[in-house]
Amino acid sequence: MALFQLSRRDALIFALFALVVITMPVWTAPFGANYPGLMQKFAIYAIFAIGFNILFGLTGYLSFGHAAFLGVGSYTAVWSFKLLTMDALPALLLAVLISGLFALVIGFLSLRRSGIYFSILTLAFAQMSYNLAYSVLTPITNGETSLQLTLQDPRLIDLAFTTRGAGLPTASLFGVTLSGLSGFYFCAVVLLIAFFFAQKVFASPFGMMLRGIKSNQMRMSYTGFNTRPYALTAFVISGMYAGLAGALLAVTDPLAGAERMQWTASGEVVLMTILGGVGTLIGPVIGAWLIKYFENIFSSFNEGILSRFFDFIPAPLHDTIVAISSKFVGEGWQLTLGLLFVLVVVFLPGGIMEGVRRIGALFRRGTPPKAGAIRVQPAE
Amino acid sequence: MDAILAQLLNGLDKGGAYALIALGLTLVFGTLGVVNFAHGALFMLGAFCAVSFRYLITLETVTVDPTQTTAWGTALEVRTPLAQTWFGDWGGVLIDWSVPLSILLAIPVMLVIGIVMERGLIKHFYKRPHAEQILVTFGLAIVLQEIVKAIFGPNPISQAMPTALRGAADVGALIGLAPGALTYPLWRLVYFLFSAGVIAAVFGFLRFTTFGMVVRAGMADRETVGLLGINIDRRFTIMFGLAAVVAGLAGVMYTPLLPPNYHQGMDFLVLSFVVVVVGGMGSLPGAVAAGFLLGILQSFASMNQIKSLLPGIDQIIIYLTAVVILLVRPRGLFGRRGMMEN
Repeated sequence: MALFQLSRRDALIFALFALVVITMPVWTAPFGANYPGLMQKFAIYAIFAIGFNILFGLTGYLSFGHAAFLGVGSYTAVWSFKLLTMDALPALLLAVLISGLFALVIGFLSLRRSGIYFSILTLAFAQMSYNLAYSVLTPITNGETSLQLTLQDPRLIDLAFTTRGAGLPTASLFGVTLSGLSGFYFCAVVLLIAFFFAQKVFASPFGMMLRGIKSNQMRMSYTGFNTRPYALTAFVISGMYAGLAGALLAVTDPLAGAERMQWTASGEVVLMTILGGVGTLIGPVIGAWLIKYFENIFSSFNEGILSRFFDFIPAPLHDTIVAISSKFVGEGWQLTLGLLFVLVVVFLPGGIMEGVRRIGALFRRGTPPKAGAIRVQPAE
Repeated sequence: MDAILAQLLNGLDKGGAYALIALGLTLVFGTLGVVNFAHGALFMLGAFCAVSFRYLITLETVTVDPTQTTAWGTALEVRTPLAQTWFGDWGGVLIDWSVPLSILLAIPVMLVIGIVMERGLIKHFYKRPHAEQILVTFGLAIVLQEIVKAIFGPNPISQAMPTALRGAADVGALIGLAPGALTYPLWRLVYFLFSAGVIAAVFGFLRFTTFGMVVRAGMADRETVGLLGINIDRRFTIMFGLAAVVAGLAGVMYTPLLPPNYHQGMDFLVLSFVVVVVGGMGSLPGAVAAGFLLGILQSFASMNQIKSLLPGIDQIIIYLTAVVILLVRPRGLFGRRGMMEN
C-alpha cells in the first residue's frame, strides 16, 4: 500500500530512528537520564517539536501559541479519563480531535496575517486561553489547582464492566497499566507513528507545496495555488501533534494545569525546533531531548555533585571553580540554557543539524562531484 | 461619570509603562531593524538600578556606643547611613527620594548596557532572519534575568516611594467635581506625567535636533544617508542606547508600583510586543497611542460592572483587542505596508 511506503532513504532513517528510540533506556544510562519519567518527556516533547516543525519548518509561519493546543490536549485527555475510561486510546483520539478543531478556528483567523502579525495573533489566542483557563473556565479546567482525577469520577465505560477499586486509577491500554517503562514504550510507539507521518508529509506533494509557501508565497499564488488552505492544513496538523503530546502528558501523569498553555511553554517548543534545526526531520527531536535533558539533569545538580566532579583539580582552584560553576546548574540552569541559545544562534544558525552537516561535508570534501550533476539554481 | 474618569486615570500609569517600553522597542526596530526580545530585560534592569541605588545610599557604618545599652545589657550598636554622615540631614531626604534619584544612576548605566549589548551581540544580527534575532535576544534576556536572580535573589524587593508623594491627589476638585469625589494616587499621577515627559523628550529629540534629523533620515533610507558620508551606524548604536535608557527609566519609576523581581521583564515584554504590533511595527506614534489605549482598556475591563456583564474580560482584553485590531487593520493602527510581513 502506497500509504505505508517510504523512499529507501526515508525507510533507512525511520529504521535508525526507531532503533534509537526503542533502545533509549540503554543509551541514556551513561548520562544518568534513564529513568522512565524523563524518557517519557523525551518522547512526548519530541512529538510536540516534530509537529511544530511541520508548521514552522515547512511553511515558515512562526506560531508563538502552540502550547495552547498542548493544554487543550491535556484537558481533553483528563476529561476522557474522568468521564469515560482510563484507557489511553480514547483519550488520545479525543485530544487529537478537539485540539484539531481548536487549531482550525485559531488557524483560520491567524493565517489571515503573516510575519510577526501572525506570531502575535497566535500568541494572543494562546494567552487568552491561558488566562481564561485560570479564571472563567474554572469549572472545566479547575483553575489553579489543576484538573485531576478524583475518587468520585463517573468513568462510565470502565465502571460498566468493573467495580471501582480503592485509590486513584492509572491510565492503561487494553488493561495493561501505563506507568514507568510501559508508559515510556507507549509514548515511544506513538512517537514513531508521529515521526512516520511527519516523514510522509515531508516527502509528499503537499509538503512541497508548504515549502513553496515558505520560499515565496506570492509566486505560489501567481502559479494558481490558493495557499491559505494548505497553510491551514499544516497549522491543524501541527495543532493535532501538540494535542497528542498534551494527551500523552496526561496519560503519564493524569493532571492538567493551565501553566502548560503559558507563552513560555510556546517559546520552549520554538527554541527546541531552532536549536535542533528548523525544517529538518530529526533536528526538532534532538532539540527537544537536549532541552529536556538540561532542564531535568542540570537543574538537579548541586555543589556537592560539582565538588566531586571537579575532584581532580587542586584545592585552592577547586573551590573557586565549584563556586563559579554552581551558578550555572541547579537553580541557575536557565543561565546555561540562555547562553547555549546565544552561542548556537551566533555560531550555528541552522541549529545542531547544520553542525552535523558541516562535519559531514568535511569528510566528503575529497570526493569530486559526480559527472553531469547540475546544480539547479532557482531563477530570481 | 466619576467611575469612568477614575478608570481612565487608572489606565494611564500602566499605559505609560507600556508606551515607554513599546517606544523603545519601536526605536530599535525602526533604526536597526532588529526584533529585540531582550527589551523587557532592560526594563527589569532599570528597576534593579533603583534597587542598587537604594542599596548604595543606605550603606551603613556600625559603631558601638558604650554609653548606651540595649534591653539585653549589651552595648548599643549605632547604625548611621553613610548618606547621613556625608550630607547631614539631607541624607535622610536623599534616602526618602531614592527612587526618583535613581534616574541619575540609571541613565548612564542603561546607556552603557545598551551600547555594549548592541556592539557586542546585536550588530552581528542585522542581516540575519527575524527568527534568529528573536532567538538570540531571547537567550540574552534569559541570561540577564538569571544574572539578576543570582545577584538580587528570586524574591521581589519592594521600594518605598517618597513620603511626599504617598497620598492621593484630589483630581476631581481640579475639574470642578465635588472634593473627594475623584481621587488618584499621587505616584501614579507622577508616573503618568513622567512617562509623558519622556515620550515628549524622545519625540522632541528626534524632531528638533540635527542628530534626530539624521536618525530619521536613516530610518527612511539608511544607504543614502551612509552615501552622504554620515556614519549612520554609530548614530543607530546611540539610538539603541537611548532605547535602553527609555526602558530603564520606565523600570526605575515603576518600582514603587510593582516591587522589582527578576522576571518582570518577560511579563511586560509579551504585552509590549502586543502593544507594538497593535500600534503598527515601526511607527513611534502608533506605539505610544497603542500603549495608552491598551492600558486604559485594561483598567476599564477590570471594572466590576463590566466584569459581571462579561466574566473574564479583564483577563483577555488586551489580547482580544490585539486580535480584533489585527484582523480589521492588518498592519495595526499606524503600520506601513510591507513591514515585517514575511
